[in-house]
Amino acid sequence: MKILTNWLRTYVPNIPADDLQLADDLTLRGIAVEGVHHLGPNNGHLFEMDITTNRVDAMNHYGIAREAATIYNLPLLPLLPETASQPPASTPFPVRIEAPHLCGRFTAQVLRNITISPSTGSIADYFGLLAQKQISNAVDASNFVLLGMGHPTHAFDLDKLEGGIVVRLARQGEKLKLLDGIERILEADDLVVADEVKALGLAGVMGGWDSMITPQTKNILVEAAWFDQASIRRSARRHGLHTDASHRFERGADFNACPTANALVSQLILQSGGSLEGGLVDILIPEIAARTASRPPIQLSVLQVQRHLGTTLSPEGLTQEIVVQYLTALGCELTPLSSSKNDSAAALDAFNRDPQVGGAASALSSVSTIPEDLFSVQLPSWRLDLEREIDLIEEVARVYGYNRFANTLPTPGIVIAHPTSAAEAAVRTRLLALGFSESISSTFASQSDSDLFSTAGKGTIAMENPLSDEASLLRPSLVPGMVTMLAHNLNRDVKDVRLFEQGHIFTGDTNEVYESSQLSLGLTGASSSTTLHSAQDAPFFELKGVIESVISLFTLTGGSAALSFTLQAPDWLQPGRSATVLLNNTPIGGLGELTRAEAQRRKLRQPIYLAQLDLAVLYALPLRQVTAHDLSRFQAVERDFSFTFPDATQWHTIAAAIHALAIPELQRLAPVEIFRDAKGKAVAAGHYSLLLRAVFQSHERTLNEDELSHWQSQIIATLTHLGGSIRA
Amino acid sequence: MNDTIPQLRAYDEATLEAAFATLIEEVRSETSLLQDPESFRLHWLGRKQGRLKLISEAWLKSAPPEARKPLGIQFNRLKQEIEAALEAPAAADSAAHTEQGIDITLPGTQRAPGIAHPLLKTMEQIVQVFHNLGYSTNLGPQVESDFYNFEALNFPPNHPARDTQDTLVIANQQNRPSRDRLLMRTHTSPVQIRTMVAQAPPIRIVIPGKVHRNDAADATHSPIFHQVEGLCVDTNITFSDLKGTLDHAMKALFGSDVKTRFFPSFFPFTEPSADVQISCIFCGGKGCRKCKHSGWIELLGCGMVDPAVFAAVTKERRKLGLDDDAYDPNRITGFAFGMGVERIAMIQHGISDIGHFFSGDMRFLEQFA
Ligand SMILES: [Zn+2]
Repeated sequence: MKILTNWLRTYVPNIPADDLQLADDLTLRGIAVEGVHHLGPNNGHLFEMDITTNRVDAMNHYGIAREAATIYNLPLLPLLPETASQPPASTPFPVRIEAPHLCGRFTAQVLRNITISPSTGSIADYFGLLAQKQISNAVDASNFVLLGMGHPTHAFDLDKLEGGIVVRLARQGEKLKLLDGIERILEADDLVVADEVKALGLAGVMGGWDSMITPQTKNILVEAAWFDQASIRRSARRHGLHTDASHRFERGADFNACPTANALVSQLILQSGGSLEGGLVDILIPEIAARTASRPPIQLSVLQVQRHLGTTLSPEGLTQEIVVQYLTALGCELTPLSSSKNDSAAALDAFNRDPQVGGAASALSSVSTIPEDLFSVQLPSWRLDLEREIDLIEEVARVYGYNRFANTLPTPGIVIAHPTSAAEAAVRTRLLALGFSESISSTFASQSDSDLFSTAGKGTIAMENPLSDEASLLRPSLVPGMVTMLAHNLNRDVKDVRLFEQGHIFTGDTNEVYESSQLSLGLTGASSSTTLHSAQDAPFFELKGVIESVISLFTLTGGSAALSFTLQAPDWLQPGRSATVLLNNTPIGGLGELTRAEAQRRKLRQPIYLAQLDLAVLYALPLRQVTAHDLSRFQAVERDFSFTFPDATQWHTIAAAIHALAIPELQRLAPVEIFRDAKGKAVAAGHYSLLLRAVFQSHERTLNEDELSHWQSQIIATLTHLGGSIRA
Repeated sequence: MNDTIPQLRAYDEATLEAAFATLIEEVRSETSLLQDPESFRLHWLGRKQGRLKLISEAWLKSAPPEARKPLGIQFNRLKQEIEAALEAPAAADSAAHTEQGIDITLPGTQRAPGIAHPLLKTMEQIVQVFHNLGYSTNLGPQVESDFYNFEALNFPPNHPARDTQDTLVIANQQNRPSRDRLLMRTHTSPVQIRTMVAQAPPIRIVIPGKVHRNDAADATHSPIFHQVEGLCVDTNITFSDLKGTLDHAMKALFGSDVKTRFFPSFFPFTEPSADVQISCIFCGGKGCRKCKHSGWIELLGCGMVDPAVFAAVTKERRKLGLDDDAYDPNRITGFAFGMGVERIAMIQHGISDIGHFFSGDMRFLEQFA
């Protein structure tokens, strides 16, 4: 919306600020001036305004002038000078409202013997500066009033009317050619302004073609009315029309503005000749007046203003005087509900009807106890956004200026840690330390990804209005997002990737959605650390190590044995190269290589490894409390064992057998080298060689050669018994 | 080893410099191959046939008087070089001559660290500031009901935000009661309601979380984004407390020089409502490209909790049998605030495309190592 400062200043002369200062002062009070354009000598400035939708009253020059008058504490000039009212015509122009729930007020004024001509004077000047199209004095007058005071009006060619005005609902299928030249087919809930025979215009949206002002027009009927917001919104949308008039009516017009707007338009048209015929016809519906212009007063306590707003920078603070001054300037009528007057019974009565100042209400046992600072406030008809005491408190804060309040601090609270925050932070820190980077993937998944990666039987949740086909469901797993991120990197030649995501997955159905925290891990390409595994197998073991490391952060019932891995894995993982993660024999996740078929389908250039863990299960466990043990003063001794085993002999069998020897001094047992020979020369086919390292140490003594060789032969015997043969 | 006596063609400074540089080079190359220090010493410093002696005799003999002093200085330098080579332990160490020197200019080997997500890091920083002010973290679900996301927050039934154009809605909700309809939360504010329904004041909570809107993705918009909200409810909480809290928080986040400025705004769940700007952290308020030459950056929305929100909370508490008037607006007041984490992280790091946050692109993340 555009505002001319010169026009604005006609309503509030003597503003003690230049246009730039005025723009700042308005903006700091929520009447945002987004742009200021200088219009040349004596033309002032043009303000580009950004007015929030709740302040429809300020979307015109007079509304902003009222703000300025309030800010600078200056009088706001009336829109219309007081004139002697026209004696009513012997037979007033007939107006009938047949839809009283949709048309609350209709004013009509007949003008005779007018001259249609181009606009002159300030209308022509202002319209020129605003680049507003000039049409004729009659149409321009209506636009001038809209831009000036914000109320839509309409001028009919009176001689095209057959009988009086009827405001009614359209007949289903009724045809009406509007000012844009397009014929609309109306529906039964479109509101029209009609004569006795035909619809003249779509009420509050756009006038009709047939009754429009032409250069030949001699007699005019000026309309200024009030229409229901929802009805106008419905009709405007249905017919694809968004006009200045519908914009205003949709947001709630000023019920009391009709007579003034009508008189202003008439006055402007009559400047080029002609005369009024009779007085203003003003039909109003009391029920609608009661919920717009004549709302019951509300109560305001100055103490409540101070209680909500707090400390100001200036020592005197928000006094009663300031509160009354601001609200009065904005159009409120404040009446003290003071105990000093005995004749305040009426005011008290109003108060009792709506005792929303509860703090005071409890004390309202007699007239004499009404606090001194309490006011009854009649709200202005143009401010339908004001309804409650808090709305008035906001107005006081706004006009006073937010930045004139002090910066104070409330008493601090006590911080209570969120139940999962320590576990979440521990997992995150560990993963970062292991070289995995944190990521955030889409909350949504495609149907096919959902089919592939969801857990059977848990249900998936479709979106009503998905962002795209690829995002038609809430993600039932973090894995599809992880695959997408790995693929994103591979497609950009980033070949070594380690990512994790902590996020929610969604299961259940569209009546009840279950959200749970999960962890996903994604890995592809080489690691920077060395490993005992072949390049092909290393990623699996790296991922397994990460899972072991993360789980080691928690206290497991059953100790480290609680964690195990089985070969069974979800369908999206390559059989034989994947595993299910079990905690006390309950699956909590899986890991492994994405199936070759799926990798091929997604055109991935190298294998990717994925893992998913149910964090809720982990977060329910206490974090592991470290109990440090003393370090031995005695030397540790390493012994290596080089064996070949059939492929079928798995590590956990070997480790379990050696641990079963229960040698307390055996501190560590680890495979350090595994070798297979594809040609079957160095190691027979179907076999592998294993270099095993055992570390012995005692806390009490230096180990002697005898006990070492004893343990050594025990281990050799055990390994041989398992089918291993010692290597030369 | 070289035994010939080099010729000196002239005695000017440049020629001298070049001639001695060649000799020093000769010493150094012999040092690196040094096997027998004694023969090296005799070769250069032998009293009768030492190379140093022979050369100095040859060159000094025909030198003009004015060149004698610079020649003397240069011979001293050469002698020091030879003696240093003899003293260096490396020269005597038999291992040294078989090993190449290290090119210390090659880049260091870096173990690739895991990288904390810049967005989540910023979110953590913001949350930490409010922890320090006595706010506890509270979290809530991403799939919410209309009641918690809109109704209890005083959004009117026809508010545009409730439209499917703005909000992502779960399928099959048409036949459910309006308050039960499920949607992706559009802000973290529902957690304010959940908290107040569950517990009586005083409340000081900070709510970090993921939210969704039906927005087309572009460089600065994403349908997935993150917010941090805060809520403070107690007796005697005022608008000036809200101002002070956010002014303090912005100084803690962006430095003590940062100034804040409050403008009237409009949100359904707060009244009065405000937008908060901070003085530009790049130009200090003078005006630059990043602040569109205004000197200010808009960062937050906030306001005093609307009494209608307290009324909705009270109604809900009564349903749960919590009939205690804990949220009587005549006794308690509160404020709430919220900020977009993406926007703040983008400003902090000069990130131009919001999509980077959600791509998992290592080339982007590695910059934050
Ligand atoms: Zn700047």
